[in-house]
Amino acid sequence: MSETATGSTEPAPPRPSSTSGATIQLEDLSKSYPGSPSPAVDGVSMDIKAGETVILVGPSGCGKSTTLKMINRLIEPTSGRIRINDEDVTDMDPVKLRRKIGYAIQSSGLFPHMTVAENIALVPKMTGWSKSGVKDRVEEMLDLVGLDPREFHGRYPRQLSGGQQQRVGVARALAADPPVLLMDEPFGAVDPITRDHLQDELIRLQHELHKTIVFVTHDFDEAIKLGDRIAVLRERSHIAQFDTPEAILTNPTDDFVSGFVGAGAALKRLNLTRVRDVGIADFPTVTVEDPLQSIFNKLRDGQHNELLMLDRRNRPYKWLRRGDLMRAKGSLARAGQLVHDTVTRDATLHDALEAVLTDSGGRVAVTGRRGEFIGVVDMHTLMNSVQELLEADRLAAMEHRHDLEELRVHRTEQELEGGGSGL
Amino acid sequence: MNFWEYVGTRHQQLLTDTYQHASAVFQCMVIATLLGVLIGVVSYRSSWGGSLAITSTSAILTIPSLAAIGLLIPLVGLGVPPTVIILTLYGLLPVVRNCIVGLRGVDPSLVDAAKGIGMSRMRRLLKVELPLAWPPILTGIRVSTQMLMGIAAIAAYASGPGLGNEIFGGLASLGSANAINKVLAGTIGIVILALLFDAAYVLLGRLTIPRGIRV
Repeated sequence: MSETATGSTEPAPPRPSSTSGATIQLEDLSKSYPGSPSPAVDGVSMDIKAGETVILVGPSGCGKSTTLKMINRLIEPTSGRIRINDEDVTDMDPVKLRRKIGYAIQSSGLFPHMTVAENIALVPKMTGWSKSGVKDRVEEMLDLVGLDPREFHGRYPRQLSGGQQQRVGVARALAADPPVLLMDEPFGAVDPITRDHLQDELIRLQHELHKTIVFVTHDFDEAIKLGDRIAVLRERSHIAQFDTPEAILTNPTDDFVSGFVGAGAALKRLNLTRVRDVGIADFPTVTVEDPLQSIFNKLRDGQHNELLMLDRRNRPYKWLRRGDLMRAKGSLARAGQLVHDTVTRDATLHDALEAVLTDSGGRVAVTGRRGEFIGVVDMHTLMNSVQELLEADRLAAMEHRHDLEELRVHRTEQELEGGGSGL
Repeated sequence: MNFWEYVGTRHQQLLTDTYQHASAVFQCMVIATLLGVLIGVVSYRSSWGGSLAITSTSAILTIPSLAAIGLLIPLVGLGVPPTVIILTLYGLLPVVRNCIVGLRGVDPSLVDAAKGIGMSRMRRLLKVELPLAWPPILTGIRVSTQMLMGIAAIAAYASGPGLGNEIFGGLASLGSANAINKVLAGTIGIVILALLFDAAYVLLGRLTIPRGIRV
């Protein structure tokens, strides 16, 4: 995904104590339970790159959760090896191993008898951080997940909303700065709007932290939104396809995968690209502090039909059309139309399209982290970039198919040769 | 002599008996709690271990306390030893049962989370499972204490300490001048003690149950 590419060009955020991701290799990992004839997980092999977000997605009961739990050995594999950063951890002390792997689960798993701060401090304390170090870290983590430390520090989990609990859950998982983060349907129990926010938040976090994330979900849209690569699993955790979201959407390997992708692949494609990747256009602006006369002049000199008025903190406030001021008899307070929707640079094209469609002028203002104005995206830009995207996908898919065929031919040749020498 | 006069003249003896009664119950309760929680912790994970612990402790409870103490006298003699043994054994059941129920009632996803963030078995138990199971355990201790207050009176039969001496003394001399007063003083003393202990448990609950899980 283009995420990683843009990530490297931007200056690294000033977060001194941040370990980025580790590689994970699963080698022929199986789990069978005594008394059941077929294994729950049957020979999964997977190579996960450092700093990558991999989503395990599949129908319920396909063993995706079991696979995830074998990585931190909450479930001991029956056979196979697990390597993290090329270190074999299959026989390591599981308690030590788990302290180096963040773990976030559905319904947050926060301990109700501990405050938010105590919950977050657990792992750093266990790994022997100094008292002041732990304290600072708790503040830092709360800040990171977008909760005000002063307000939430001493609260108990039951005094938080579902979304806030989940944020604290992620903060706890990341507190000891583990290179790997395992997430087991973490957003499964919150309402759709909150889930959307949490997903955006996770994308932002990952943009800053570059952890290796393995994320289990049964929601394919969530998988597309979050994943650098997606592993679509069928029963017994057999990998049906393990590829980028783009490739899975445009080129599903079989009926199982395309059935799972569901209808509307082109629309889903919109979830894969972010506003930052398309052209954000400039737009003439004025601020509320500008004198009325200069706003008048700007509108009247004829270059622009419309202006965007920003408030004191540079946030989009009002769309001002030519004539609006006249109609409102020169009163700025009454003129124009309030900006009711903005998107961030991390918003998906899907969100942007939604905003553009509901806006009467067919455009939406793009804002930065603190809500400050950056630019505008309109219908035209969206259409163009979507067409380009789809075209690029088609080319990539064709190339991919070509490569596969070549590989297959190559393999058959080898097999034939091998068979020949065996005779 | 009416009841109040009796209490007035014998208050020294009554206070000593009350103190000894309370102290016997308290000390046996401490032992029963430690032992009961230990049995609970050891057995709650296995289904048969848990039911074994619960059944055997409730079997003890079905033995009439008077008979049990009588049977103990030839084995351990008179006085304090049979009292302590009886009180501790009878005190066990509610603690063991509530401890097992409480520990089993801890949300499995929390145990999973505790494991997942790298807590060892011991730390999980001390930091997560026992604190969360503490309210039901405390209820068990409370129930036990109420029960022991009554049972402790029986200890006087084996020349044990406590207010039972008043009651047994009174019952043995029925018809004499102060017989009813003696029984009444012993009984009322036990009731008052029970109420005081209960109040203490409410306070203890306030102090020890974390704010986050207080109902």
